[in-house]
Amino acid sequence: MGVVKLELKGISKAFGSFYANQDIDLVVESGQIHCLLGENGAGKSTLMNVLYGLYEPTAGQVVVDGQPRTFRGPGDAMAAGIGMVHQHFMLVPVFTVAENVALGAEPAGPGGILNLEKTRRKIREISERYGFDVDPDALVEDLPVGVQQRVEIIKALVRNAKVLILDEPTAVLTPQETDELLDIMRQLKASGTSIVFISHKLREVKAVSDVITVIRRGKVVGDAPPTASPTELASMMVGRPVSLSLDKAAAQPGERTFVVRDLTVRAANGTNVVDGISFDIARGEILAVAGVQGNGQTELTEAILGVQDHVTGSVTLEGKELLGLPVKDVLRSGVGFVPEDRSHDGLVGPFSVAENLVLDLYDRAPFAKGIGMSPAKVAENAAAKVREFDIRTPSVGSAAGTLSGGNQQKVVMARELSGPLRLFIASQPTRGVDVGSIEFLHRRIVAERDAGTPVMIVSTELDEVAELADRIAVLYKGKLVGIVPAGTPRDTLGLMMAGVGPEGGSDDN
Amino acid sequence: MTTATKPASGAAGPTTAVRPSLKVPASLGVLSLVALVFFGFLGPAKTAEMKVSEQGDAIALPALQIPGQAGGIVLAILLLAMAAYSIYLWNQGERSPKWLPIAFAVVFVFALLVWIVAGAREPSISLAGLIAGSVTLAVPLVFGSLSGVLCERVGVVNIAIEGQLLGGAFTAALVATVTHNAYVGLLAAAAAGALVSMVLAVFSIKYLVNQIIVGVVLNVLVSGLTGFLFGTVMAPDKELFNTPARLDILPIPFLSDIPIIGPILFEQSVAGYLMYVAVAVVWVGLFKTRWGLRVRAVGEHPQAADTLGINVNATRFWNVTLGGAIAGIGGAIFTLVTIDSFTKEISGGRGFIALAALIFGRWNPIGAFLASLLFGFAYNLQSILGIIGTPVPSQFMAMLPYLVTIFAVAGLVGRSRPPAASGIPYVKG
Repeated sequence: MGVVKLELKGISKAFGSFYANQDIDLVVESGQIHCLLGENGAGKSTLMNVLYGLYEPTAGQVVVDGQPRTFRGPGDAMAAGIGMVHQHFMLVPVFTVAENVALGAEPAGPGGILNLEKTRRKIREISERYGFDVDPDALVEDLPVGVQQRVEIIKALVRNAKVLILDEPTAVLTPQETDELLDIMRQLKASGTSIVFISHKLREVKAVSDVITVIRRGKVVGDAPPTASPTELASMMVGRPVSLSLDKAAAQPGERTFVVRDLTVRAANGTNVVDGISFDIARGEILAVAGVQGNGQTELTEAILGVQDHVTGSVTLEGKELLGLPVKDVLRSGVGFVPEDRSHDGLVGPFSVAENLVLDLYDRAPFAKGIGMSPAKVAENAAAKVREFDIRTPSVGSAAGTLSGGNQQKVVMARELSGPLRLFIASQPTRGVDVGSIEFLHRRIVAERDAGTPVMIVSTELDEVAELADRIAVLYKGKLVGIVPAGTPRDTLGLMMAGVGPEGGSDDN
Repeated sequence: MTTATKPASGAAGPTTAVRPSLKVPASLGVLSLVALVFFGFLGPAKTAEMKVSEQGDAIALPALQIPGQAGGIVLAILLLAMAAYSIYLWNQGERSPKWLPIAFAVVFVFALLVWIVAGAREPSISLAGLIAGSVTLAVPLVFGSLSGVLCERVGVVNIAIEGQLLGGAFTAALVATVTHNAYVGLLAAAAAGALVSMVLAVFSIKYLVNQIIVGVVLNVLVSGLTGFLFGTVMAPDKELFNTPARLDILPIPFLSDIPIIGPILFEQSVAGYLMYVAVAVVWVGLFKTRWGLRVRAVGEHPQAADTLGINVNATRFWNVTLGGAIAGIGGAIFTLVTIDSFTKEISGGRGFIALAALIFGRWNPIGAFLASLLFGFAYNLQSILGIIGTPVPSQFMAMLPYLVTIFAVAGLVGRSRPPAASGIPYVKG
């Protein structure tokens, strides 16, 4: 099979009465990198799952090289030369690379006895051609995320994919790994593979795309050249003008009231997931904790809150030790905490918005009256918060789980910023939140700083870190690689995220 | 960059040395001391006789004569040596090798046996009979745990093994009586087990009902149904419905005369031979073939399998069905080999022990086989010790298999990892 031209004609996909995709037309020319740009929930992944045969379209047609095709499953899509690298890798962790690559199209001898030699050879071949450095016999669970992603690409290439769909491939990568991936994409393109690149990160999209198609609320908004400005692209994504840069005044750091010393969290397997971390945060200052996902950020914030076991070291807020206190007492000490997984840890989905807004305050005045609650006060509070935070909800009685990601996050933020705070911690404050809400949430965080609260932000998005931070702490494998001032170049941060200490700062090793 | 704190040392970041767990060395140490005190110093004065060959064997070996106290001390010293080695390794920061606890367990059980036998009224047992009997009792457990392995490897928890065994036992008895053919009974048992499994499969895969609950309900259902049919059909006319033809023991000439090994490997019924074949086939199938790779992928990461064009739910359905058929054959052993007719609750909780064997055997057919043998041994020991008259009350003896189960599953399994998607229904998207 030579080069492939791929067309989507009038694709619609409905879940119940909700249209995730509506009448989408898309043409991917052969040998191009075609970017699908859109916010989380815009319908990009749904569209690609239709293209890959995982969903059956409600209406519309997939046309490959001029021939209309019906894909009953991923097998059909693969046979037509379409390969997909999913956002969450589709690799079996306890299998070797070769077993994962072979799965579904296993070379086997008589009686179905596996013979993976051919697969190993192919993996080595592809690995050499693109400089992947992948060992066919390594267990996937032992491989770093970047390498796992290459295994996914190999999986598609072994199946002779001529069109490769990459679904948010950079979400889990360090900036350096991202650059490497962009290089790989260019190489693939040079060897004739078309790529559909799904992303919401403007920088990457502009760096690598030939054509950009913007999708909003399940519909194609239009095409844009890669030379379009970030503001233009963002406005197309959101549907109204947005300002991408946050105007914030310089920090006025006061007394360093939040002090963490030698904080260590031991995991069940005996390793330290947080390893001897020390830092402090001053009043009126934002410390952003950067790092690739899974380098101890979750455990760090949870240790401070008191929901982790096996924690040693010390965490003091205005001289008071927080470690060892029950979570409730930590919160009552004036800590606002936005967890990284809001739908899981931040909200009770089936509870109403009003109830969620008093989840940690329900047992105190004014919401409690003896052993009863005061529904009037709860509703009053909810109405005020909905107004203040511009929470888009049908009513304060609607279940919080039915709101969009951005509005759910606003509910959590509104609750956690309720009282007078002595410390504010927010993990991934804008993950999965629409661009419009991001702006708003960022402003609130800066406002809290300006009110004189020490603020700690944990984010895996470098853009967000750069936007908010007064100082940046970088974590790698549970250790603090360093703390650098805001304005530190991306490259330096990227290296730090891979465990390399900041230049100039590493001499005292 | 004045604010830069000490950087992490090196890109890889040295992992802190993890000292191996003290669990194994400590428990070996305690057990060997227990052995020294009870089996050695407080050991019985009589001599235990253990017969190795049966009467009429082609090769007759003399029986082992082991003096109770002296033998106990020697064995205890052997145990102490193994425990010391394990502690030495721990002190060096190394893990005990896998064979050590196994060797320890074998010697410990042997010492226990010497202690009990020498203390009995009739200080003589047949070692060969003990082991052969263990295998016989283990056969249904092996089939049951293989069924569990097949189901859990593909991502469905099979609590209904008990029901499949019971269904198989009942159907085998009924069909083998009516047709006067034990082999037809065996096939019918497989079908009955598969049928029970299909109900589990349909409810847990298609209707996404909690698998544990469906399994428990199936057990109760099969128990009630067979109990009812036994009472209304079988019991009133035993001749017509409950005198099944039996699976003959088919000894292989010469080989079956080898002491100890002969009766275990070469003097079995068709179902017994089938067990060895099934263990081997399931193991090779799961770990060496295309089918097995797909099955395991479905049990570990069904979505990944789906994106590669593997039909997750169909794979699950057929695997669970196959598992049920295997358990059904296991159930047939009760009525076609061990006992000559069906009675209520004939499986007597063996299905749950099979479940334990599967976990103890770490979701591996060979592991499950060995674990089943251990539990079979515990069952057999209990009945033999009752016969020779030990001072230990029979009620405690009857607890033995279950005690072994609890300790085996809780203590010795350690951290084994079940298939990642076991028990989780797969919904597309």
